[in-house]
Amino acid sequence: MVPFGGWDMPVQYTGIIEEHRCVRSAVGLFDISHMGEFEVRGAGALAAVQGLTTNDASMLALGQVQYSLLCYPHGGIVDDLTLYRLADDHYMLTVNASNIDKDWAWVTEGGRGGNWTNVSEATALLAVQGPKAEGLVQRLADQDVTRVPYYHFARGKVAGVPCLISRTGYTGEDGFELYVPAERSTALWHALMDAGKGDGIQPIGLGARDTLRLEMKFALYGNDIDDTTNPLEAGLGWVVKPAKGEFMGRAAIEAMRAASVKRKLVGFEMAERAVARHGYRISKDGRAEGVVTSGSFSPSLERCVGMGYVGADLATVGTELDVDIRGAAHRARVAKTPFVPSHAKKI
Amino acid sequence: MANVPADLRYTKEHEWAKLEGDKARVGITAFAQEQLGDVVFVELPKVGAKVTAMKTFGVVESVKAVSDLFAPLSGEVTNTELTKKPETVNSDPYGQGWMIVIKLANPKEMDGLMSAADYEKLVAAAGH
Repeated sequence: MVPFGGWDMPVQYTGIIEEHRCVRSAVGLFDISHMGEFEVRGAGALAAVQGLTTNDASMLALGQVQYSLLCYPHGGIVDDLTLYRLADDHYMLTVNASNIDKDWAWVTEGGRGGNWTNVSEATALLAVQGPKAEGLVQRLADQDVTRVPYYHFARGKVAGVPCLISRTGYTGEDGFELYVPAERSTALWHALMDAGKGDGIQPIGLGARDTLRLEMKFALYGNDIDDTTNPLEAGLGWVVKPAKGEFMGRAAIEAMRAASVKRKLVGFEMAERAVARHGYRISKDGRAEGVVTSGSFSPSLERCVGMGYVGADLATVGTELDVDIRGAAHRARVAKTPFVPSHAKKI
Repeated sequence: MANVPADLRYTKEHEWAKLEGDKARVGITAFAQEQLGDVVFVELPKVGAKVTAMKTFGVVESVKAVSDLFAPLSGEVTNTELTKKPETVNSDPYGQGWMIVIKLANPKEMDGLMSAADYEKLVAAAGH
């Protein structure tokens, strides 16, 4: 167990590689109850969300989910999040565990509008991910979950437990994230583990959660994005919608876009078995270029991969870079990402 | 119960050493490989390199972390072949997962290493 965002979390149950492969080939169950959830409601809810987040929340239909960002006025990132439209004038934001206090202070600062509730403590979150996830949840659900499209949700019961059934995830596999009342989460966990036996279900720890998201080049707050990185260089320009009107960080991000992006977050593959890790230096022809933000062994590719910031002129696929590992330069190449094709059900 | 063979000697850094004539075979313990998780890469000294007791002689990389390896004993490396199959450290830490063989410069150093009983206590105290 390791401390993570104030929680004791298992890094692994049986082994990171085995758990990783289980999610890619069958189905894995994650307890990600450490994530934070805020609700905002009232006549000012949409305006509050629009003013705080970079994506266009007015595009959300009831039952739809959106990936978005909170930014500072200078364009740095407060957090990344998923936004749920629960009802007219009622939204939920799912935020990173380590940022709950910071985000809560940020969204409830005077003048933001909306009626905010922090429901993090009362809400548990289980993720069921993998090619067999849909079948498993379907067998236990009181409705046809196969009809819930990607980045949408339904309300219903799974194994008799009231859930918000969200077709989202952080693995690149099809699957669901199930928001449940905290006191019912253990019952749901056991029901899923029991019903998934025949599918080869396994519990998945933080270690495999990290290698799974890394293979998809999904950013992890605190590693790949933070208050010193802006959405454009992080490759998240697609969730910044200046046309929607004023929002926190808009002017700064627009100025950066006009000036063209100086550095970019790229994915790279190591030429040999050498693990590039967070904080290692990246250079090109002996010149310091940037820093590794995430890196590990990819169980799917059986190669070492990573992500890091480099000058925009070096962001082309195939560009050779060097990563400094314990004082020695190790060759890396900018790779096409995601490293592994996504199997999320994009319907 | 931790897997701690009685015929080996140990360091507090979780390496083991096995005396073989004037040489010692060295690896990491079952507890160490369990803590590291899946090993994907080991960096070891070349044959002929000198290692010094309680100084680092290499690194082991698992999916989750990188860790230094500490030499239990001083001497010259006479054999090493793990780098091609690093995952053997997980499956057989006291057997095929051995890391180096050292021709001992000072065999008396062996007396300074921990007994299996003492190492077992150390592992138990580490909350295992």
